[in-house]
Amino acid sequence: MNDRVAAPPAVRQGSRPVAVVSFAQAPSVRHESGRNEVEVLMPVIAEVFANIGITKDDVGFICSGSTDYLIGGPFSFVAALDAIGVWPPRRESHVEMDAAWALYEAWVLLQEGEVDAALVYGFGKSSLGDLAKILALQLDPYVMAPLWPDPVSLAALQARALIDAGKATERDFAEVAARSRRSALGNPNAQVAYDWSVNDLLAEDYVVAPLRRHALPPITDGAAAVVLATAERAFEWAERPAFITGIDHRVETHSLGARDLTTSASTTTAGATAGVAEGEVDVAELHAPFAHQELIVREALGLGPDVEVNPSGGALAANPLMSGGLIRIGEAARRIMDGSADRAVAHATSGPLLQQNLVAVLAAP
Amino acid sequence: MAERCAVIGVGQTRHASRRDDVSIAGLVREAAERALDDAGLSWGEIDAVVIGKAPDMFEGVMMPELYLAPALGAVGKPIMRVHTAGSVGGSTALVAAHLVTAGIHRRVLTVAFEKQSDSDAMWALSVPQPFAAPLLAGAGGYFAPIIRAYMRRSGAPPHIGMEVAVKDRLHALKNPYAHLHLPDISMQMVEESVMLWDPIRYLETCPSSDGAAAMVLGSEVAAGQAEAATGRRPAWVHGMAMRSEPTMFAGRDQVNPRAGRDCAKDVYAQAGITAPRQEFDCAEVYVPFSWFEPMWLENLGFCAEGDGWKLTDEGATSMDGGDIPWNCSGGVLSSNPIGASGMLRFAETALQVRGEAGERQVDGVRRALGQAYGGGSQFFAMWVLATDKP
Repeated sequence: MNDRVAAPPAVRQGSRPVAVVSFAQAPSVRHESGRNEVEVLMPVIAEVFANIGITKDDVGFICSGSTDYLIGGPFSFVAALDAIGVWPPRRESHVEMDAAWALYEAWVLLQEGEVDAALVYGFGKSSLGDLAKILALQLDPYVMAPLWPDPVSLAALQARALIDAGKATERDFAEVAARSRRSALGNPNAQVAYDWSVNDLLAEDYVVAPLRRHALPPITDGAAAVVLATAERAFEWAERPAFITGIDHRVETHSLGARDLTTSASTTTAGATAGVAEGEVDVAELHAPFAHQELIVREALGLGPDVEVNPSGGALAANPLMSGGLIRIGEAARRIMDGSADRAVAHATSGPLLQQNLVAVLAAP
Repeated sequence: MAERCAVIGVGQTRHASRRDDVSIAGLVREAAERALDDAGLSWGEIDAVVIGKAPDMFEGVMMPELYLAPALGAVGKPIMRVHTAGSVGGSTALVAAHLVTAGIHRRVLTVAFEKQSDSDAMWALSVPQPFAAPLLAGAGGYFAPIIRAYMRRSGAPPHIGMEVAVKDRLHALKNPYAHLHLPDISMQMVEESVMLWDPIRYLETCPSSDGAAAMVLGSEVAAGQAEAATGRRPAWVHGMAMRSEPTMFAGRDQVNPRAGRDCAKDVYAQAGITAPRQEFDCAEVYVPFSWFEPMWLENLGFCAEGDGWKLTDEGATSMDGGDIPWNCSGGVLSSNPIGASGMLRFAETALQVRGEAGERQVDGVRRALGQAYGGGSQFFAMWVLATDKP
């Protein structure tokens, strides 16, 4: 032990510094055939507490993110609570969004000081239904959903718009994919990891032109959890807590024809509010399910060529719906906590073609 | 609460079995625009939107807040979507209020809705789930045995449920937005209605409604500005609480759930309430089946355990001479856009505290309780509003 008095970094938003102090995730797999959602979550929850030697009694708030449409029934979050065992009754809430937004809700509550730690988790088994059809139900129910546009075709429209605008080429998409899957070789929780050349990837057939298989995310079952804590608890539980110095989220119009699909205005606004540009960024975890979307988000956040992007492999290596955004925050925090980065950016997305985006900046004490 | 928060605008739609005249976006916008008008604000003055609804399968739209973002003026702003089962309307308001009390935003629009006519809630609630007891008969089938347990435990006579059904429908006659307006409602009419899930008769259950509710929540500064601009006073938040407990658990008391008791204890402590029946001037409580009034009277500490039905029986919860009028709006028994039902409870308390409840106004309301519950009585959300600043 040294006698240095640990202090949180200056925070841009909120009155109280809040940090990620623990992160755990389930191995991302194509299909969890033997375990239901609660069983996938249980070891993740156990690990996120065990990492820092606490129990559920040490967190004053629980918040989760999931969606009913993956399980094909109402109230998917209800049974998930059994992974924790909320007895005696707990202060608990749920967003029908990626759990990155559950983390936001918890961060807000922690600002008030009544609660000094929170558990956040997200989960989803994408393998249970036909994602192409399920995700079409996210579209405008009157004019879009009845046409059943699938997410790959929509993404192809966006990729085509990028090419037509002269902003990227198919080779650029392949480079993102090759780098992401190569990085994923070092991530034990990744689902798709390989070391292939860009030329190998460009030899693949189109799934929907201009997107080849490598530019698509895998279909993933998964779950993740994070413990958030105010500074006092954070320093008790973690040597190097990953403080959230800024966090914001924004949404764009749902009407795809009314958006410039080659940019992400909501990411830019959220990034500016979170203060991305106010310091050097060592590492960025970007939630870009399709290869070309990494280029869009990267540009929207103004990340330079020196920033290490998606060392985990990102959503191209594992794309568990409803926890994929939280995992980006967890992975970024992990790099702060293990001392390999001092300042990190995490990004989460929701909705078709990057409609809604959240950006968090994390920093070492 | 780091900062003060007040309700500065309230809006709701006309509730009906089918609102074929509006899309989902039109429905939420109807409520939201009324809340903005009430607060004297325009869309551009809202910092963030928090929207809630019950399961997406009730309309067949996955995460509909994405589609609704432009209709709610949220483009370029933060929007969050809450889902905590039937309590969601209450929880959504609380998530929005915390954005203000945490000092993040000054004016937050919160909206909740259900357009039940777009799908079939009974079907959506009855999809078999692996490893879970099938519900098969919707919420009424789930709650009927719990009500029977209450009757056995408390010795309540069988007419109590019918009294609630009549009382809430009489209240609804004073509420122009209510779905059900039954001027001829009587004990005999309720008794003669078909038995759906014994002891729940047709007229002892809530309707299926299309509808939405909205509120604008503001900081102390925003509340002062709204009052100056509109002449309508804010309703101050004095306490907020949520509690959840497990669904399947041998130690669970589903008649008088601990999550509800703990939630009430928490919110009363924040608001300095020690004698709820004496200190509240009215309450809006989630009563989707008539018998939940006496059950929640006990759960919320308005009387001793086992005595809830006596309050109902002696007319204590009636606007017509009762000392603690419950559900002056007509309650969930008179309008049930599921996702919005909890927010309607919260919004109606705001109307009462602001003195804006029209014909259903209770005289001299200084403090009111809003409660919502959901699931199989394992999710609770509550707030206390008052005329004076906390």
